Amino acid sequence: MGRITSELAKLSIVFDRLRWEEKELFERAKEEGLEVNLVDAKSMPLDLTSSSVPSSIADLVLQRTISHYRGLYYAAILERWGYRVINSYKSSHLCGNKLLTTLLLSQNGIPTPHTFIAFSRDSALQIMDKMGYPVVIKPITGSWGRMIAKVRDRDEAEALLETREMLPDPQQQIYYVQEYINRPPRDIRSVVVGDRVVATIYRYQPDDDWKTNIARGGKAELLKPDSELEELMLKAAKVVGGEILGIDAMESSNGYVLHEINNNVEFKGASSVSEKNIASEIIKYVKGSVSK
Amino acid sequence: MKINCQECGAEMDIPADSIPGEIISCPDCGVEYEIVSISADKVEVKPAEEVGEDWGE
Repeated sequence: MGRITSELAKLSIVFDRLRWEEKELFERAKEEGLEVNLVDAKSMPLDLTSSSVPSSIADLVLQRTISHYRGLYYAAILERWGYRVINSYKSSHLCGNKLLTTLLLSQNGIPTPHTFIAFSRDSALQIMDKMGYPVVIKPITGSWGRMIAKVRDRDEAEALLETREMLPDPQQQIYYVQEYINRPPRDIRSVVVGDRVVATIYRYQPDDDWKTNIARGGKAELLKPDSELEELMLKAAKVVGGEILGIDAMESSNGYVLHEINNNVEFKGASSVSEKNIASEIIKYVKGSVSK
Repeated sequence: MKINCQECGAEMDIPADSIPGEIISCPDCGVEYEIVSISADKVEVKPAEEVGEDWGE
């Protein structure tokens, strides 16, 4: 049972860096008639042992921190206190971990690139040799394409694994090894809101990079998804528990493969080419979720 | 409203519709500041956080 009792809920947008997206969401929430405030997670410590909850946080929370772990734990705490948090802790946890995302996609019959997890440098190298080069290696948690490498041969593999082994973060010694998908110079990003795909774009890689992230200079182009892609996107959203997501797919020679789900979707790039106001779609969904 | 960059002294223009939490960049040296508070005639800023390992999607 949640804490929301009134018909017209107040909304708090939890942030830590006010990006274009959060400002847009804030403005659209006001436009939708919601009573909305911005809560800076950096300056709002939470008392885990208190019997009362912070009055400055509304019953309905849109979690929008740029830091994954801040948002994850903020969601965990607020949910335990009975707040309705979008996206949920569970969804953020599943999407924030590529190992868990891939496992879920695969188990639910959603096509995803062939992926191994190796728990030592030697077994990672064995798997990479077996899969054949080029092969892709990623950290299981990470963002904006950082530390994701396309490994072209065994020499590169050895150099990269040696470097990874020296990094202090123990998660760097969990090796997520994925087949390299020979795709066009683009991938596909859908923004899913609830049970709807509200925008889909191609993200074209820049001339000097094989990664397509908009944050790395990828260019957006509007795409009208076919029914197969749309169904896959919605199914993927469902298996991680939704609700507002950025889901990435590639076009392989065997059809679509989904490779990533983002629980804190950046939609400035998609907004620049979409005829829909994505922030407005999100706010309408959030507003409507009160009665759910 | 205008303030000076704490690093290089260049003048930074603060848009009238700015709100606390927003990031502004020095046009000369690129240092980023976060707006702490803002009123009609006064703005308080602090250096913005460095990009974290877990930032972004």
